[in-house]
Amino acid sequence: MEIHRFERLWLGLSILLVLALIGTVTYGAVAEGIEMVGGDGETFDSANLDGTEFEEPGVRKVGEDEYEVYVVARRFFFNPGTTDPIRVPADSTVTFHVTSPDVVHGFEIANTNVNTMVIPGQESVMEVEFDEAKQYGIVCHEYCGSGHHSMEGSIQVVPQSQYNVTAATVNADAAQEGGS
Amino acid sequence: MSTPTADETVSETDRRTTVAESRDAENRLAYLERFPEAAKLVRACFLVAFGALGVGGLFGLVQALHRTDVFRGFISSADYYTVLTGHGVLLVLVFTTFFIAGIFAWAVTKSLDRPFTNMRLAWTWFGMMTLGTVMAAAAILAGLVPSLDISADVLFTFYTPLQAHPLFYVGAALIIVGSWLAGANYFLTFRAWRKDNPDERIPLQTFMVLTTMLMWYLSTIGVAVEVVVFLIPWSLGFVDQVDPLTMRTLFWYFGHPVVYFWLLPAYLVWYTIMPKLAGGRLFSDPLARVVFVLFLLLSTPTGFHHQYLDPGIPEGFKMIAMTNTMMLLLPSLLTAFTVVASIEHGARQRGGSGRLGWLRSLPWENPAFSGCALAGLMFAAGGFSGMINAGMNINYLIHNTLWVPGHFHLTVGTAFALTAMAITYWLLPQITGKRLKHRTLAAVQPFIWFIGMFLMSNAMHRAGLLGVPRRTAEPEYNVVDASFSGAAGGYGEMRLQIAVGGTLLFVSLAIFVFVIARTWLSHKSERIDVNGAIPEPLSGPDHSPVVLDNLRLWLAIAVVLVLLTYAIPVVGLLSDGVFGPGAPAVPV
Repeated sequence: MEIHRFERLWLGLSILLVLALIGTVTYGAVAEGIEMVGGDGETFDSANLDGTEFEEPGVRKVGEDEYEVYVVARRFFFNPGTTDPIRVPADSTVTFHVTSPDVVHGFEIANTNVNTMVIPGQESVMEVEFDEAKQYGIVCHEYCGSGHHSMEGSIQVVPQSQYNVTAATVNADAAQEGGS
Repeated sequence: MSTPTADETVSETDRRTTVAESRDAENRLAYLERFPEAAKLVRACFLVAFGALGVGGLFGLVQALHRTDVFRGFISSADYYTVLTGHGVLLVLVFTTFFIAGIFAWAVTKSLDRPFTNMRLAWTWFGMMTLGTVMAAAAILAGLVPSLDISADVLFTFYTPLQAHPLFYVGAALIIVGSWLAGANYFLTFRAWRKDNPDERIPLQTFMVLTTMLMWYLSTIGVAVEVVVFLIPWSLGFVDQVDPLTMRTLFWYFGHPVVYFWLLPAYLVWYTIMPKLAGGRLFSDPLARVVFVLFLLLSTPTGFHHQYLDPGIPEGFKMIAMTNTMMLLLPSLLTAFTVVASIEHGARQRGGSGRLGWLRSLPWENPAFSGCALAGLMFAAGGFSGMINAGMNINYLIHNTLWVPGHFHLTVGTAFALTAMAITYWLLPQITGKRLKHRTLAAVQPFIWFIGMFLMSNAMHRAGLLGVPRRTAEPEYNVVDASFSGAAGGYGEMRLQIAVGGTLLFVSLAIFVFVIARTWLSHKSERIDVNGAIPEPLSGPDHSPVVLDNLRLWLAIAVVLVLLTYAIPVVGLLSDGVFGPGAPAVPV
């Protein structure tokens, strides 16, 4: 089969492009350690979150500057996130765990690459570094029903010095809710 | 056999073409008169296809004005999702499948030069697909009438556990199964031809149809299992719950190859018809075959790249899907080369010269040519945004944002749709015996589409980079940073471009429907002014290895690649029960 030399050149460049694209992602994953949503979350019966970490969603401190945040996405709000913002301190590593008890949702921190599908029965896990005090918006990006466009929430990243007070308040609120 | 020099090849094929063209010139109604039954079938397919295109396009206009907040008076925001479902299903399921069924019927009969062996089968699948369309469309549109209590607002991806009315799923199944029978028609006709021509190479157009259909059979297994085994029994109440992740996996097993099912008919047009419209001939038949074989092999084991952000699927399998996806760039880049080389050859035959000056010698006034060429140009842009989608980590930036529909309005929405419209200007006279009306309007139509899509798609891509989500009636949020106001130039400018672009697209579509309807409703013409003959390629099939035509071999390798990519993760998904972890239905 005769292949024109221009076509051979073009084919060679195309193969280089493909290898370069695969190479950048491999470099990001291996050398830079960019973590992606994978298969390490729990699975469970989505209709009943009792007995799972999602039974009481919220922020938990698990170490020096390390936090776990459990978020339940449901039609049409994030808990926590919509009624009460998710509050975490700056300069911390925050691991988000998100699930849905009803339909498929999305969880995207606007203007960042923190982004995941939220699928009933599955747990999405993402580790995020928050370097500075700032407010972020959370948007549901998967159609979940007629009120989908109203599903939003927010994250308040506050300076370390202000955080402890706030955390105590949140805990007190949670306790109050639990008692009533 | 000694390899002929390029010049000898040209002169030999030139002679053959001249004979063919003069024969065709004597009999300009060739296709309609030679294959009246097939022509009728193609007309019927095109009628449903363009009906769906018109309604789906109107819905697109309503959405473009609604979500940009230019005009929200047509529908409520809750009904936006009904219209969005209609837009998606009518355009990417109905318009595409019917148009493809029709043009493939034309390509097979024309290139094998024989009628379908079984017309009853043909009308059976046409009937099934039409019935399916009516059922699915009825279920969707009933959502606009609250008193009917029927709804299918599940969008064209129908992610569970949102649950549509059973009519929707049964309709979708009928369309898919109907398309399988259409494939049977092509294969049976090919088999009859093969019996008479045991040693011939498969004619190129038929080769393209058959490889595309093999890919389609392999990939539609996913959606067929999802709909028939799970969703129909579930929507009828025989099954309590389904596993949303398994359903997504089955959907995307089909959901990526389906884009090549849309693309490959456009490639068929670009490879086999466009060079002739440009005044030349295809550069290389063997490379066209290689390209279609690569698509058969690589299209299906890629679906996980739509699930990069899905929990419950290990990263390694996503990585394999990414590698396969990136490899698919090769056949498309080869196509770019071959198609551009072929039309450059045509332009030079027409007297074009210079490094880029030949571009001026192309028949830009012919909408069949200009539409295909502009579609190809936009597909190149869509290809590059697709590389971003396929990058497993960059994808996090744009997943489910407006970038994604920005991308696929360049691919299925232009590479496919504009090619389909353009080639209809050339094909319709041949299947109706009627001369094209309103040629000036037709000549500007592809350019209006191009400008409209340029405005809409660039703005959608950029809005996606800001994080503006897709699939939402009101992309205005109260929370900080999600108002998307911080962009250079502002999101307002993008919204305006989307609204203006969407309106131009609708104007272009209305012109197309008007020209086609006026032509169709006119009287038969003495002369149709279209020459249906397709010249031989510069480098013919004789120069390619015979193994390329071994369809069984390529299908077997394609199946092995699918098993390598999917077997382990699917076993993992099913290890906790076929229906678990389950989620109860949420009817829409």
